[in-house]
Amino acid sequence: MNWLDTIVQGVLLGGLYALFAAGLGLVFGIMRLVNLAHGDLIVLAAFLVLLLASALGLSPFVAAALAPPAMVAFGWGLQFVVLNRTLGKDILPPLLVTFGLSIVIQNGLLEGFSADSRRIPAGALETASLQFGPVSVGTMPLLTFLSAIGVIVALNLIFYHTDLGRAFRATSDDRATAGLMGIRADRIFATATGLAMMVVTIAALYLGTRANFDPTMGPARLIYAFEAVIIGGLGSFWGTLAGGIILGVSQTIGAAINPEWQILAGHVAFLLVLLARPRGLFPRAVD
Amino acid sequence: MNDHTLPSPAWTVSMRTRASSVSAAVALVVVALAFAVPFFATRAVLQDLFFILTMLVLAQGWNLLAGYAGLVSVGQQAFVGFGAYAMFAAVSLLGLDPLAGILIGGLAAAALAVPTAFFVFRLEGAYFAVGTWVIAEVVRLSLAQWKALGGGTGTSLPSGATRDMAGVRLVADWLGVRAAQATDIVCYWLALLLAVATVGLIYGLLRSRHGLGLAAVRDNREAARSIGVDPLRIKSFVYLVVALVTGLTGALIYVQKARISPDAAFSVPDWTAYVIFIVVIGGIGTIEGPIVGVVVFFVLRNLLADYGSWYLLILGLIGIVIMLFAPSGLWGLFANRTGIQLFPVRRILTGTHNAQTIKGVPHG
Repeated sequence: MNWLDTIVQGVLLGGLYALFAAGLGLVFGIMRLVNLAHGDLIVLAAFLVLLLASALGLSPFVAAALAPPAMVAFGWGLQFVVLNRTLGKDILPPLLVTFGLSIVIQNGLLEGFSADSRRIPAGALETASLQFGPVSVGTMPLLTFLSAIGVIVALNLIFYHTDLGRAFRATSDDRATAGLMGIRADRIFATATGLAMMVVTIAALYLGTRANFDPTMGPARLIYAFEAVIIGGLGSFWGTLAGGIILGVSQTIGAAINPEWQILAGHVAFLLVLLARPRGLFPRAVD
Repeated sequence: MNDHTLPSPAWTVSMRTRASSVSAAVALVVVALAFAVPFFATRAVLQDLFFILTMLVLAQGWNLLAGYAGLVSVGQQAFVGFGAYAMFAAVSLLGLDPLAGILIGGLAAAALAVPTAFFVFRLEGAYFAVGTWVIAEVVRLSLAQWKALGGGTGTSLPSGATRDMAGVRLVADWLGVRAAQATDIVCYWLALLLAVATVGLIYGLLRSRHGLGLAAVRDNREAARSIGVDPLRIKSFVYLVVALVTGLTGALIYVQKARISPDAAFSVPDWTAYVIFIVVIGGIGTIEGPIVGVVVFFVLRNLLADYGSWYLLILGLIGIVIMLFAPSGLWGLFANRTGIQLFPVRRILTGTHNAQTIKGVPHG
């Protein structure tokens, strides 16, 4: 077994998990909402990209560039019309409504696309790879990882260098005071979920081109995303990337020892971090 | 200043309402009738009732967790599956009676809850929810490695194991039915016993001072602590008890099914989504809610049985709509209109001098 190769593949896989996690962490950071349908929204976006790519005969990258308006509008509307009503001191409504949404999306997709597993065709890119010394790196995994870094840089820029980001942070810190300054929290929340859907679409592109997917695999993606956010620590996007990488490397090492242990190894790594550092490795937000 | 002191014997704290006295009598009749069902019902009816009763127990357990203790778990399938697997191990590997297996299943689930609580109680609110889910996945993936019980594909109970279960032969001779039907009857009675015991246990718990502490923690954690209620202790206790009940139910369900696989025993839709739906539609935070919910759920299931995934989709939508517009569920709507409580857990102060009553807030 080539350990270096295993670790490199794990780091690249971690990029995918960081993409899953960035949207979840963004929404949680701003409005303390854990969206249990997050994984299903990723799968929904993957089907949308697949539909656009196959119906219009487009490259998956062009299709993924066309998908965000629909996803962002959906996310904005979902937050504004449904999820905003659930926010409050009681944690039950947001959890149960998003859990219901998860069931609805899963079964809607099953009804529309059947339980068959699909893949977004990416042509020659699917099998292309680059050689770095002794390690061979797939082009798609590398692109995934670079996109994760790009998304995190972009989110940090938005958060810390724009008016929108200031409004995000202000609303997150103190909704009432932000309201006095003319920030409408309900719109800020809707915008945040819209932005999260943009990240979700990017994640979906790589989920769909990298391997097969089917309507029922959303919940597992939610769990990976959640684990990456917790391992990394709340409120830090770079921490989320680190969390994704730790999860990815644990999984590839587990799989290298015994293929049946891949997922289990990731969960165990998560539990160990939880045991040693309950607030994650790089916590930023105080919550 | 003695002027303001009320004459103390004039006031008493009561939890009984007129409706609750009637409902206690009705409950006795219902249980007696339910006990008698096997004497005249067909096997199909018995199996439907078994399903309803076991779902009711799971729903009552989840309701106690989420509705009273504020512990929103999405991972109760861990205890259903673990209880079921422990029962399978006891019967298939140790050759024990399935009845003993069920008890072992419950104890095993309670034992699993101890290390589990250690992890998930580090998490709050929504994090707790996903944390319980991760634990359930870990248990599922671990048991899928257990080759002696079929690994990832699962296994069946040894043939004849359920027919030799304690009491089956007795029932078969007594009622003059075949062993397979006698097994169903015994499973049904066990489910009935479990359901009655669970409802009674939860009712008793909520009426006790622990129930008062639980409500205090739910309503204001800091205030509850200030008067000596330990939130962690009371929540851990509830979590353990619910794990025990859920494990017993899981083991009983799989005695009846006689075939197990990790994916089925740890299914999120079967053991968590349905259960949450039952509680939400019936009314979270009441004992009546899950009872109403399980009936509605069963009716919907039969109405929509032919529509495949539309069924779950519609359930999900109903759940969302109820949560948004009637968060206290069907029973809550009814109780708010009529003031009727079949299982009253609120303390009502009644005075004998003047008939004035001071009503507390629900359950508190």
